[in-house]
Order: sequence, then C-alpha cells, then structure tokens
Amino acid sequence: MKRTSRRHAHHLWAVLIFVTIVAASVASEAKAGGPLEEVLRGLASPDGEVVERSLNELATLGDASVVAALEALCDDRLRAGPDGTIYYTAPRERTLRNALSGAVANPQPTGAREVEVNNQVRRQALPVLAQLKLRSPSESVRLAAAKELEERGSAETASLLRGALNVERIAKVRNAMAVALARLDLESTDPDRQLAGLVVARTLGTPSLQSDLKRLAAPTTTDERIRKGARQALDVIDSRQQWVDLIGALFHGLSLASILLLAALGLAVTFGLLGVINMAHGEMLMLGAYTTYAVQIAFERWFPGSIRFYLLAAVPLAFLTALFAGVVLEKTIIRFLYGRPLETLLATWGISLGLIQTVRLVFGAQNVAVANPDWLGGGAEIAEGLVLPYNRIAVILFAVVVTVAVWALLQRTRLGLQVRAVTQNRSMASCLGIATSRIDMWMFGLGSGIAGLGGVALSQIGNVGPELGQTYIIDSFMVVVLGGVGRLAGTIVASLGLGLLNKTLEPFAGAVLGKIVVLAFIILFIQRRPQGIFTLKGRIEV
Amino acid sequence: MLARVRQRLLEMHTTRAWAALLSAAALVLVVLPLSNGVMAPNSALHAPDYLVPLLGKFLCFGISALSVDIIWGFAGILSLGHGLFFALGGYAMGMYLMRSIAGEGVYRSVLPDFMVFLDWKSLPWYWRGFDSFPFAMMMALLGPGLLAFVFGYFAFRSKIKGVYFSIVTQALTYAAMLLFFQNSAGFGGNNGLTDFKHILGFPLHAATTRLGLYVVSGVTLLLAYLACRYITTSKFGRVLTAIRDAELKARFCGYESTNYKLFVWTFSAVLCALAGALYVPQVGIINPSEMQPSNSIEMAIWVAVGGRGSLAGAVLGAWLINGGKSWLTAAFPSAWLYVLGALFILVTLFLPKGIAGAWSQLMRKRRP
Amino acid sequence: MTPDLEMALAARDLPSSSLVPKAESSAHALSSTRASLVLWVEEITVSFDGFKALNDLTLTLDRGELRCIIGPNGAGKTTLMDVITGKTRPDHGAVYLENRLFDLTTMSECQIAALGIGRKFQRPTVFGGHTVFENCELALRGKKGAFSNLFSRMSKADRSRIDEVLETVGLSDRRGELAGSLAHGHKQWLEIGMLLAQDPKVLLVDEPVAGMNHAEMERTAQLLKRLAGERTVVVVEHDMEFIRQIARKVTVLHEGSVLAEGPMEKIQNDPRVIEVYLGA
Repeated sequence: MKRTSRRHAHHLWAVLIFVTIVAASVASEAKAGGPLEEVLRGLASPDGEVVERSLNELATLGDASVVAALEALCDDRLRAGPDGTIYYTAPRERTLRNALSGAVANPQPTGAREVEVNNQVRRQALPVLAQLKLRSPSESVRLAAAKELEERGSAETASLLRGALNVERIAKVRNAMAVALARLDLESTDPDRQLAGLVVARTLGTPSLQSDLKRLAAPTTTDERIRKGARQALDVIDSRQQWVDLIGALFHGLSLASILLLAALGLAVTFGLLGVINMAHGEMLMLGAYTTYAVQIAFERWFPGSIRFYLLAAVPLAFLTALFAGVVLEKTIIRFLYGRPLETLLATWGISLGLIQTVRLVFGAQNVAVANPDWLGGGAEIAEGLVLPYNRIAVILFAVVVTVAVWALLQRTRLGLQVRAVTQNRSMASCLGIATSRIDMWMFGLGSGIAGLGGVALSQIGNVGPELGQTYIIDSFMVVVLGGVGRLAGTIVASLGLGLLNKTLEPFAGAVLGKIVVLAFIILFIQRRPQGIFTLKGRIEV
Repeated sequence: MLARVRQRLLEMHTTRAWAALLSAAALVLVVLPLSNGVMAPNSALHAPDYLVPLLGKFLCFGISALSVDIIWGFAGILSLGHGLFFALGGYAMGMYLMRSIAGEGVYRSVLPDFMVFLDWKSLPWYWRGFDSFPFAMMMALLGPGLLAFVFGYFAFRSKIKGVYFSIVTQALTYAAMLLFFQNSAGFGGNNGLTDFKHILGFPLHAATTRLGLYVVSGVTLLLAYLACRYITTSKFGRVLTAIRDAELKARFCGYESTNYKLFVWTFSAVLCALAGALYVPQVGIINPSEMQPSNSIEMAIWVAVGGRGSLAGAVLGAWLINGGKSWLTAAFPSAWLYVLGALFILVTLFLPKGIAGAWSQLMRKRRP
Repeated sequence: MTPDLEMALAARDLPSSSLVPKAESSAHALSSTRASLVLWVEEITVSFDGFKALNDLTLTLDRGELRCIIGPNGAGKTTLMDVITGKTRPDHGAVYLENRLFDLTTMSECQIAALGIGRKFQRPTVFGGHTVFENCELALRGKKGAFSNLFSRMSKADRSRIDEVLETVGLSDRRGELAGSLAHGHKQWLEIGMLLAQDPKVLLVDEPVAGMNHAEMERTAQLLKRLAGERTVVVVEHDMEFIRQIARKVTVLHEGSVLAEGPMEKIQNDPRVIEVYLGA
C-alpha cells in the first residue's frame, strides 16, 4: 500500500509541473502575441458572439494600435492565416500585413482566408473603432473620429465622447467632440441633456445642428426653455452664416477689385498722366493673359519638370510683351494724336479690333485653359465653411505689390519726377530739358505693361479668351472717371470701391442689375463731384 | 409768306444743291423698285431679291449716321452708345410684330413663343398695347426719347463732357445689353425677337412688302436729312456750333447751353430709334447684340469716314463702310476686322474731316 | 457813425455793418444815392484751396460811370470779374444788380448775361468757325432760348443793328470772313463789337489793349469813353498809359480787397498804392 500512495504523489507532481509548464508556455505565448493579438483572433471566429465579445474587449483595452485592423475588418480586408494569426491587406493590394504593426508579413503565409463580415459585425465594430480613434495620438484622427461620431453616434458613444472630452486639449478637436455630443444630447429625450446641448449649439453656432434645432424650436415642443433655447441657437447660427457669406463675397470682390486695380492703374497712367484714351488697353490685359498661356505651353513642352515655376517666367514676360506692344503703339500711332482724345479713342479701337482678330487667328476663338501651379491650389480655411482660395489671395497680394512699385516709381525715382513734371506742365518741363516724347513713350509702355501684369493675375482666377479685354475696358474707364485724373490714390479707391460694390450687390440684385446700379451711382456721383474722388488741385477743366 | 419759305429753303441748299439732292433721292427711290418690282426676273436689269432688304438696311444706317452726326459734328458730343436707341426702337417694332403673329407661332399661343418656352402664363404689363401699330411706333420714339432726355439732363447739367461723356454712354449701352440678355427681362433673352410673319397685314417675305419698306425707309431718310439740314442752317444750328467751339463764350452771350444740347441729343436719339424701328422688319430679327458697344462705335466711324459736320457725308460714310463690310464678310471674312481697324486708324490720322471734308478742301483749293 | 450817415444808410436799406469803415467807402456811399447804384459787390470771399483770391471785398458801381480797376498780379481782378459774371461761385457774400433785386451769385452765366452784364475776356474769344457777321448775330441782344431760335428769322432791325456795330468796330468789309482767320487786333475788335451787339448795361472789360499798337489803343480809349454814360464800363488794365487816358475813378485791389479808391491823381500819390506797386 505504501508504494501506491508514493506513485500517486509522483503523478500529482507530474501533473502540477506539466500544468505549470503548459500554463507558462501558454502565458509566454500570449505575451509574445500579446493579449491584443489574442483578442484579434477572436474576430476571425465564425461565432458571432465571440466576435462581439472580442470587439468589446478591444474597446475596453483601449489600445489604438488595433485601429488599422478594425478598419480592415469593416472593409473586408481582414485575413486569417491557417494558424489563426490575423493579417490584413492594404486597400487595393494583396500583400498581407501584420495586424498590429502593419508591416508586411515575411514570409507571406499561404492559405490565408478572408474573414467574413456581415453588417451586424460592422455595426458593432464601428463605434469601437470610433472610440479608439478618439483616443488616438494623432490629432487629425481624433478630429475625424469626432466628426464621424456626429453623424453616426449612439447613446453609448455619448459617454465615450464625454470621456474623450475630458482629456482633450486641442481646441479644434474639443469643439468637434462637443458638437458630436451636443447632437446626441439634442436627440435625447432628457431635458437636462437637451439644455446642455443647446448651450453648446448657441456657443459654437455650428450649422450642422440646424435640423435638430429646428425640430426643437417647433411649436410642438412643450418645454418653454427648450423651445426658446433652440430659437436662440438658430439665430446664432443664422447670423454666423450671414457673416461667413458676407466675408466670402467681400473676399471675392476684393480679388476681382485687384484685377480691376491693375487694369485701371495702367489706364490711370496712360489716361491720367498722358491724356490718352486707349481703347486697346483691355487688349494689353489679354496679351498678358495669353503670354501666360504661351509660357505654360512652353514649359509643358520643354521644361515639364519645372512646370510649377512657369508663373515666375510668365510675370516678367507678360510685362515685357505688353510694354513692348504699348511702346510700338505709341511710336506709330498715338504720338500723332496727342491733344485729340476723341480721335485717339477711335484709332485705338481700331487697333483693338486688329489685336483681337490676330489672337483669334493664332490661338483660336475659344477660351484657353490656364492652370494654377500646384502651390496656388486649395485655400485657407478661416472658419467653418469659409475657405479663402490661395490663388485669389495671391492675386490680391500681387496687386498690392505692383501698386506699391508703381507708386514708388512715380514718387521716389527720377523718372517719376520727370513724369509728374510733364503731366503738370508739358511745355515747362520741355524747357527744363526733359525729353517729353521719350517720357510719353515709356509711360505708355509702363501703363500697358501694368495691364499685362493684370492679365497674368486674371489668367489665374478667370477665363482667358480673345474678348477678355472688352469686359474690363468699360470697368477700367469707370474707375478712372470715378477716381479722378492725375492721382493714383483715386484710382485705387475707385477700383476697390467698384469691385467690392459689384460683388456685394451681386447676391442681392444679380450681376446685371448690380452693374446698372453701379453705373447709375457713378453718373450721380459725377454730378456732385465732376472731378472725381481725388484730383489734381487747381483749375483743371474736365 | 411764300417768299419767306423760299428764302428759308435757299438757306438750306442752293438751287443746284436742291437739284442734286432731289435727283439723288429719285434715283434711290425709283431705280431699285423698278428694277426689282417691274423688270422681269430673268431680265439682265432685274435686281436680285436679296438686294432689297440689304439696301433698305443701308438706308436705315444712313438715318442713324445722321443722328450721330448731328450731335457729334454739330454739337461736339460723341456718343458711343447710340446703338442703344437704335435697338430700343427696333425692339418696340419687334414687339408689335410679335404681337401681330399671336396664335401663329410654333406653340399656337397668344403669347410669343419664347414666353411659352419660359413657362410664362400671361403677357407682362410692358407688352400691353403693342398689338396696336400706332402705339408701338409711339413707344419706339417715346421710350428712347425719354431715356435720352433723362440721361442727357443729368449728364449735361453736371457738365460731363468730351471723352467722359463718351465712356459713360458706352457703359449705358453695355449695361442695357446685359439686361436684355436676361430671359427674365421678357424680351426674348439672347435670341431676341424673331420669326416675324407680317406687318400691318402685309406678309413680310413678299417682294412688294419689302419694296414698300425700302421706299418708306428711303423717304424717311430724305425727311430726316431735310430736318437735320433745317436745324443746322437755322440760328439754332449756329448757336449749337458756337457751343461746340466755345461753350463758355456762348454761355456768356446768354445761351443756356444745356438746353440746346439736351434738345439736339433727344432729337438725335429719337431719330436713331426711328431708324431701328424701320430696320427690324427688313432684317427680321432684333436681339441684344444690337446693343453691344462695338456697334455704336462703328456708327461713329461711319460718320468719321464720311465727314463729321457734313450731313451728306455722314450718310455716304455709312453706305461706303457697310457696303464694304457686306462684300468683305462674304469674300474674305477674317479680313474684315483688320480692314475696319485700319479704317479707324487711317481716318483719324489722315482724314480728320472725313471724305466730305477732304472733298471740300479740294474744291476750295481749285477755286482761285 | 454820425446820425446823418445812419439816416442816409437807412434810406438805402443798407445794414449799417455792411460798410467797412474805410474813409473812402463811406464818403463814396454818402455821395451817391440809391437809384444811381447799378452794381453792388458785398463782402465777397473766394478761396482756392486755402489761398484767398478775394477777401471780404466790397465795391459799388454807379450807373454810367467808367471805372478802372488796377492792382498787382494776384490782386484778384480777374476773379472779381469771374464772380460778377457767374463763372466762379464765392464762398461768402453777394453781388447785387440794381435795387438789390437780383443776387448774381445765385445765377448761372447765361442768366447773368441775359440780365445785361457783358464781359470781354483777356484773350480774344470769338467763335472761330463762324463768320464775323454770324459772331455778331450770335451776340445780338434778343431771345436766346432753344426753341425760339429753331424757328426765328432775323428781322430787318436786327440786321441793321449788326451793320451798325460792324461799322463802329471797323469790320464791315470783313463780315464774310471766318473769325478764326482774323488778325489778333481784329479779333479784339470783333469781340468788342460782339459786346456792343449784346447791348449790356454793365460792361466788364479785361485788359482790352493787350497786344494793341498805339493807334489801336487810342481808338479803344475813345470807344470806351463813348460807351460810358449810357452804360457802366469797368476796365481792368495793367497799362498805366491807357488808364491815364480814360480814367475817371480808379479802384486799386490788393490781396483780394480794395486798397484805395478815388480819382487818378489821388491814387497815384497814395503812399500805400506806391508801396504795393513798387515794394517796401
């Protein structure tokens, strides 16, 4: 008998040791794969309950590294190897990657099967995904998650959001989370939560909450506070939207005014300083725009790698082309018509006809496509819903730079001094030895060159066709008439005013009526001040 | 009384000039109708049918050239927006012609086709009355006249002159063109008014109607010419040219220059509108492109080429250029704009007084 | 102010303060009666961007007198004429014509011209594109309205009046010539002729003898002297010789206001006038 009990004791020890070893190896194996790995395997189970439990487990564990795997799950990209290891593929690829690290599995396992997913699984997975994303170390991921939860949140996610809100530090993400939470609160039936949601809505004024607010503001809502609160929040949203629209329109108007400024600046030089009505001035703009187009084509054909820098070449080339055209014009025709403004008007109209026809024959009568270089694409998001395109910002800055340069030229250089002298008293200036005819030529060229620069700017934000000059010529003259002759300040103020007026009137009255109103305004303004906004002091006949 | 009339007529033209004028008028008014209406179609002397509305168009252009000349050549006011008045007169006539085909359009509706197309249910208030020809003609003259009067009142009162005035007239016609391009304005949008079928009961495509319109245009041109001649040879005309040359001095002599300018400006607008009203039945269409600034500028060039300050010269200029245009746009289409542009340049550089001016300079040189 | 003066002022409906107590002005006011004043310039101020061209200027003209206005450059002589004829609006003040019925500063140039104020400019301004005859026709006193001139006919009386004027200025044989092609002196005469045809009550003549030779100057002096009496003539001139030939009463302007006024000898010997012309 004593021998059997000793054999039982041995057996017991063996079993214990075996269990320990097994347990240890199991434990170590688990450590090697991690508890996450273990839970992930559960996702491949054919048993729906197991999958659900795994998902909840993942949520509880709160480790954001499983996000990629979960996304793959929802996207039918999760794979399970023959030994149960979980892999996934990147979208549109076939190489299997490690579920947690995303690294390409080496060697690629064979016989991996697709993990089947049904909608129920998806529905369960998405909130988990969202929750995990809310805690992601990446700001943009958290932001995206908050926005997504706003769309597709549920009662459970409310608590998730609250938890995330507590630890969130970035204001932008906080706001997004608050909005998502507010949405859920507004949709709930608990008045306290609704009120909390209203506070958020009122403070942030986010348009996406509008439909919920409208529902709560309806007369069917019994709770007075809630109805009122919803009304208030709606008002906040409305006024905010109006501001956004107004600023957007103003910005649009500003960018157009910049082009008008460049066009009118050139005209102010030729008309204001030289007294020449140049009906072909619009065509200088057109030449600038088409030069830009030609430069773009040249870069496409010969320097495709540097295409993003084509503008840097186009700007000086357009300026020089227009300047050259202006100088030729002045030397061959304009100089014989000084002092006869009506004749100059008609002669330059004839020139514009010829220029337009030539461009039509060379480039075709249709519009041509001038593309923004990549660094001008996109825009700056100032506020929700308000995006200021970079190309328009660039145009505005460009116009400012050119205006300052012209001012500097006229006020701070010797040439500018001579020009001003010629403007004020031509014969006297000539007596002082200033070569008036050469000044005329260069000034005309400069005015045309500035218009050419305007054409470059225009090509970046508008259509380029042979008749583009025609649409600007009338507006440019309006600017010069309104702004007065002889002063650049008037041109600047007038073009800004007209551009902005045009654009702000447009949403109310339509482009046509807007133009008519502007025209009527100009006629009436001229009544009271025939010399324009600013003018050279003294007795000058208009 | 008769002596005074005779004296006045002599002030307008010398006897020789009267003779020349009346023979020219006879030529214009008689030859073509004979050639097209009476001569047999296969005869060598038969003028082709397409020539009638074409020459009728030219007669209308002659009238509008007179209207531009009388304010530019004699009052020194260059309007680059007279096409607006021309077009408005044309639209008034067009509206009458549209109303007269009520029920005969594609949609067989009382409303014009384009209104049916736009799903409009009734005629807008400003179309009312245009089924009556006298009313339409009155509106053709009154509408543009009133517009011109109001515009001129503000412009001349504030002493807008010279190029500023010209530019503002450009803007005016441009704005109006944009307005008429809108479908919601109720004038047919960018298609305008077209598909006319008859006028005062006469079918528009019949040769006799065409000849009739031609003769009416010719007579109107003659009367317009005589009216302008009357004005320019009267004391009013002398005051007008004095205002043109030295407005301040004229004012110091006691003449309220604003009134003179306003009168001749309004007269000119009405005349141009009349031209437009006669033009539309002959070409069969009126659309907003008639208001585009380039049309008005071309009118100025007719007068510049023919002779600013010479009434006959202006008419001649209109005929010459439009004749050239008709030929060139058929023979060498892409060359026309170059020719026109070159005309603008050459005339302003070398022929400031136009052909008529160069002619009279030549005549003066030949006289010892 | 003495009681006599006050009464005299009251008789003329003048506010007592309007007359600046300059010795000459009040003496002048006493010596004239209300009915004989044809033009009354009252405290006119005109400034161009801060520069005062006329500074509170007060001046009266008797009916039928021949007044000369002199003064150094920039004294405001031409500006004064601009104000009277309506070309320039003053910042303050008024200009009255006869019995204070019309304030000229509220009227336009043509209205003032129609009231009978005529002006001859420094540089001869005639209608270059019209004949000498037509120039006179245009200036002729009569209906100036647009409609009436559309249908008007020249009457025999009008024609003879123009002939008379052309005779007076010696341009009868040039009646068919274009005014633009006349010599400078003839243009001056034509302008004077136009002024005569206009038949104004008050004639403002701005430097009439600029560019004339001695003989022409003589003729002009004769003409102006003859015109005064029925009309009131105001002459602005620099040429002292000419002034001496025609002057009865002289007004000296300086920096926009009246410096001195009186007969020629008195003015010539006035130390202030000498100082202003010759410098301190």
